[in-house]
Amino acid sequence: MSNTGITNWSRSDDAMVEDAMRRGASRRDLLRMFMAGGIGLAVGGGILGRASAALAATPVRGGHLIGASWSSSTADTLDPAKASQATDYVRCCALYNRLTFLNGKGEVQMELADSVESSDAKVWTIKLKKGVTFHDGKTLTADDVVYSLNRHLDESVGSKVNAMAKQMTEIKAIDPTTVQITLTAPNADIPSILAMHHFMIVADGTTDFSKGNGTGSFALESFEPGVKSLMKRNENYFKSGGANVDSFEYFAIPDDTARVNALLSGDIHLAASIKPQALRLIEAAGNIDVVQNTAGNYTNFNMRLDMAPGDKAGFAEGMKYLFDRELITKSIARGRAVIANDQPISPSNRFHNAELKAREFDPERAKSLFEKAGLLGQNIPIVASDAATSSVEMATLLQQAGSKIGMKFDIQRVPSDGYWSKYWLKSPVHFGNINPRPTPDILFSLLYTSDAPWNESQFRSERFDKLVHEARGELDDSKRKEIYDECQVIVSNEAATAIPVWLSDMEAKSNKLQGLETNPLGGQMGYAMAEYVWLQA
Amino acid sequence: MNSQIPRLVLGRLGVAAITLLIVSAVVFGATQMLPGDVAEILLGQAATPEAVAGLRQAMHLDQPALVQYASWLWGLAQGDLGTSYANSMPVADLIGGRLLNTLRLGAVTAALAVPLALTLGITSAMYRGTLYDRIVSTCIIGVISVPEFMIATLAVLIFAVWLKWLPALSFGNDVQSIGEMLRIFAMPVITLLCVICAQMIRMTRAAMISVLDSPYVEMALLKGASRPRMVLRHALPNAVGPIVNAVALSLSYLVGGVIIVETVFNYPGIARLMVDSVATRDLPLIQSCAMIFCIGYLVLITLADVIAILSNPRLRK
Repeated sequence: MSNTGITNWSRSDDAMVEDAMRRGASRRDLLRMFMAGGIGLAVGGGILGRASAALAATPVRGGHLIGASWSSSTADTLDPAKASQATDYVRCCALYNRLTFLNGKGEVQMELADSVESSDAKVWTIKLKKGVTFHDGKTLTADDVVYSLNRHLDESVGSKVNAMAKQMTEIKAIDPTTVQITLTAPNADIPSILAMHHFMIVADGTTDFSKGNGTGSFALESFEPGVKSLMKRNENYFKSGGANVDSFEYFAIPDDTARVNALLSGDIHLAASIKPQALRLIEAAGNIDVVQNTAGNYTNFNMRLDMAPGDKAGFAEGMKYLFDRELITKSIARGRAVIANDQPISPSNRFHNAELKAREFDPERAKSLFEKAGLLGQNIPIVASDAATSSVEMATLLQQAGSKIGMKFDIQRVPSDGYWSKYWLKSPVHFGNINPRPTPDILFSLLYTSDAPWNESQFRSERFDKLVHEARGELDDSKRKEIYDECQVIVSNEAATAIPVWLSDMEAKSNKLQGLETNPLGGQMGYAMAEYVWLQA
Repeated sequence: MNSQIPRLVLGRLGVAAITLLIVSAVVFGATQMLPGDVAEILLGQAATPEAVAGLRQAMHLDQPALVQYASWLWGLAQGDLGTSYANSMPVADLIGGRLLNTLRLGAVTAALAVPLALTLGITSAMYRGTLYDRIVSTCIIGVISVPEFMIATLAVLIFAVWLKWLPALSFGNDVQSIGEMLRIFAMPVITLLCVICAQMIRMTRAAMISVLDSPYVEMALLKGASRPRMVLRHALPNAVGPIVNAVALSLSYLVGGVIIVETVFNYPGIARLMVDSVATRDLPLIQSCAMIFCIGYLVLITLADVIAILSNPRLRK
């Protein structure tokens, strides 16, 4: 980076700037960020030019793409209903299509559907694109969609979205290109729900998924569960042009070091899920880029409102002021995080409330709140574990901040194995970790409504329940945005879940691999990268 | 002597059948103690009680565990390894390719390890106390003390990342030419050599030394036998018994114990298959893998005994 005149600037810092730009940071915001970091105006301009160039380039056709994720077993499946993690999602995204999908900004786009419409959010009509064929030559019809969606309701299938599909009471074909879905209650999120990976469309009557017969941009050549998969470009793909690369090989390298080494040696083009510890090694190699995706994964601090000390008014608010979010971002996440405002809708979601500012680190205010609650000087146990990413480090920061204002926090570090069944949701004060979800409704009804199965702080609010219910049936996006804005304010102020930062996912890729963007559905372009990326010669 | 070896082998077959039955019962008992079943694991976070019950019923997991075990055993008696719970593929198909990979890696390693270990072991016994012996012994102690994941990772860093001579990953089933096979197997084989050779060399050296110290070898020397003749003709046949047993033990490790090498080089062998199947609580697959490891061990030990008998007249009745 000699042209910029800074010596300690690295590729992953480039990734950080790119990530900020994607999240909508303006040129002025970024330059302010550089100034804060002691980087001069002229130099900052140069960096911005490079990051913008990385975001716009023209695709090249051809080549054999090899990617590696982090987990794989004999339970690997090409059945979208059963797909359970990144490895399955990436394969299914290459082989099948969904009715809709979410783009990088989190907006709903049509894929196999031409339109998904409803007048009352209860009865939805889906018009299908014409001339779409499966890899075996069969034409896509409404029957395929009806079969694919009905599978989730059949308990013997073992679908991951059985609970979510249950709201669909009737799924029927009106004519060969029209499907009608009737719901138990209005839900305006159906277009986004259909964009989830499990709702991919398979051919009517399929029971053996080892062939991966879908409509996707790649057709299956070979697949060995727990070993690897190989695919060739689908030349009859319904989107013009189709995939850029000729063939696509995908497998998992579970060992973190081995995955990074395989990338460094040039055996693979992409290594998913990179740990911050490996960054230095990756930066030392000149031909590797780091892609940072802040999709909405977070580690949160939960204080049960029905148990001591969370039942004392002011304790939860005080704790929220005791989080030094700047320090967590800088020292724990090593810059790979974005400061959050104690509610679960991330900036990558279009319903994120940007007006709601994060709480400042304010120990004095926390102290007065604890004093009022009569908790000052008490010994409060905090349960943390490696199972919840970075929670042990965050607990240590809380302990240090607490000791300065006379609060004693006793960190109880417990093993990862069994953490989610033994401690999470159960201990009075503990950490959790939540993966990104595509819609606010899913997050709120999973985590915050009175009947939520994972109500981490046992938060109850009639007003909040009513708002979530109202938003679910509301078709007008701007009205929904207003309601969700208020929901976020309520959660941030009243629920006892401190969400200090959004954690970023990192993947490392060879600089030959281009076109890899970020997506709110997860890493590797919401797992759909195979169709969009290309290999620079 | 003519009937002795068939009798031994037949007897071993009988013992093997009983051993396999006991092992399968123990493995079955152990898997029952693991928390969660395959339905819960497959559904993961989506495991609502109704969904789990539905899937269990569809997979016939709602039968009592002993019935499942008995039906698997009955299938095995008819030569059917059963169907994997996790992906409903026949277990034989899942194991087939990966067992072949494991055997291929094992065979290449053994073909190099056994001659190397015997040569080093015998020569260091012959030149006991010399500089050569000390160098060999020190190197062995050094190699055996470094854990294999360290050797494997270092090898990848040096040969794949820095020098870029060899691929960091080894997919056994991609092999098309001899050159390619050498490139792919080089690092896994070197790593495994470091692990298994050391023990064989130490055992060979110790066995040889104890024989070389015996009076009849001294007699052979006094009669004027050359050093190689004394070692190979007079001493070695008496040392073969312990040596082949040490070799068999080391080689049996290659069948089921190479999980670290398979993980670091992403080599699709049978050890990782077994770990996968335990993670998904896939009973037929766990059982079948355990049977294979057990059979591999029994075959090697029997072979070792047969060789020991053939090489040493005093063991023949």
